[in-house]
Amino acid sequence: MGIPIRSAERIGQRMLTLLQNTGRAMFMLLEAIWFVQFAFSKRNRHETVGQLYITGIKSLAVITVVALFTGMILALQTGLELRRYGQEVFIGSAVAISMIREMGPFMCGQIIAASVGSAIAAQLGTMAVSEEISALEVMSINPNRFLVMPRLVALCVMMPVLTVYTNVLGVLGGAVVGATQLGVSVQAYMDNATRFAENKDLYVGLFKSFIFGIIIATVACHQGLMTTEGAVGVGKATRRSVIISFLVILVVGYIITRLFYI
Amino acid sequence: MIRFENVTKTLGSKKVLDGVNFHVGAGETFVVVGLSGAGKSVTLKHMIRLMESDSGTITIDGDVINDLGRHALQIMRSKFGVLFQSAALLQWMSVRDNVALPLREHTKMPEKDILELVDEKLELLGLGDAGDKFPSDISGGMQKRAGLARAIIMNPKIVLYDEPTSGLDPVTSRLIDDLIIDMREKLGITSVVVTHDLHSALSIGSRIMMLHQGRIVENAPPEDFVRSKNATVQSFLESQYITKKGKWEGFSHV
Repeated sequence: MGIPIRSAERIGQRMLTLLQNTGRAMFMLLEAIWFVQFAFSKRNRHETVGQLYITGIKSLAVITVVALFTGMILALQTGLELRRYGQEVFIGSAVAISMIREMGPFMCGQIIAASVGSAIAAQLGTMAVSEEISALEVMSINPNRFLVMPRLVALCVMMPVLTVYTNVLGVLGGAVVGATQLGVSVQAYMDNATRFAENKDLYVGLFKSFIFGIIIATVACHQGLMTTEGAVGVGKATRRSVIISFLVILVVGYIITRLFYI
Repeated sequence: MIRFENVTKTLGSKKVLDGVNFHVGAGETFVVVGLSGAGKSVTLKHMIRLMESDSGTITIDGDVINDLGRHALQIMRSKFGVLFQSAALLQWMSVRDNVALPLREHTKMPEKDILELVDEKLELLGLGDAGDKFPSDISGGMQKRAGLARAIIMNPKIVLYDEPTSGLDPVTSRLIDDLIIDMREKLGITSVVVTHDLHSALSIGSRIMMLHQGRIVENAPPEDFVRSKNATVQSFLESQYITKKGKWEGFSHV
């Protein structure tokens, strides 16, 4: 009799904590959105530009490799199947539609959550445990304006840009495989790639990447700012940031696809 | 200036502050001592509402701070400068930018004037050559001094020091103690110092309060504190080799 009650208590307690944390994260996000109007003011310009650089330029190398190989794998797998029916010429459209609709924003979101998101959680977590966040509060410097807003702006601006870059490189990677492994000329591949993809695919993909940017910034900043327990806590916050971002990106990605395509 | 009335705080299942009452007057250097976990830092955090009490009233400069709104809280906090235990300097900024941060955030001073004022404070604290260095490139003692420079750059009425000498060598500890005394004597700043170092407390304090298990066991000027009849205080004094008949006999505040 005691064990089921204790279990119910624990579940209830966890649900309560989950709701409290979600509420705090939403409040943090709303306040950061309010501060976006000051993103390039004299006080915030330096930090905002710095975060744009870190999120955009510093992520290019890993995104280049992942995007190219994603396109190449997609082209190879699809091409081998299509070749059985003599339709390998259509790999261009298969790769382009897959990349633009789903793989571009999704891969980009996962890479940025793992690289930039984890770095944000670790940095803010370290600041929290070394009392730097408290110091900002005592100096009446709002951490949501000083730290969260520039990261939110950087991720929301750079995610769509990086997604377009991912899409382009993925399609090019597919073209290389098409030309070298499947005997599909670059001209034929590109004709197919541009014929079937619609503007809507691009818009929805970019919308997804924008939303993923908000998700990564919110989860990473919230996990970082809530960090306790010293170095161990920083590790936990970083891990939780990546896992939660991955899961929320997956679920929200599905919901957006469902909303726009059915 | 600072008044605690029946303040209680429970963290988890532990009562960290249990009906604490005390008053800090203007211009005092009030030192809070006690063992680890006695509630010293929690007391300090309540003064600037980094933590909120479960019950009781905290008054700063005549204003009850328990229910202040965000704007009023900012105004209240502007009266304080805080030197954190870890100095809490922002690691990606130079020492000069750390000290200049409150001025850049809260004043419209021209950049030239800000830099002049910052360099003046850095010079005052013996950090004239360290302005361009990053916190990770300077020693713990220098970080504390840089943290102190940031704490006083806005000319606060009250400065809070959380374990200002912990982790420092005796010479640097003495230097920090002298700086705290200077803050009172030269700038008339009210200071609240949290420490477990009784030698430091006796040197700098105009009054010393000891917390034990969330309660005040002594609150007296240094010369009376060393003569306290409270067993916990005596044990604490003896643990740091301070006895009525020893070094501190005939103790007078320095």
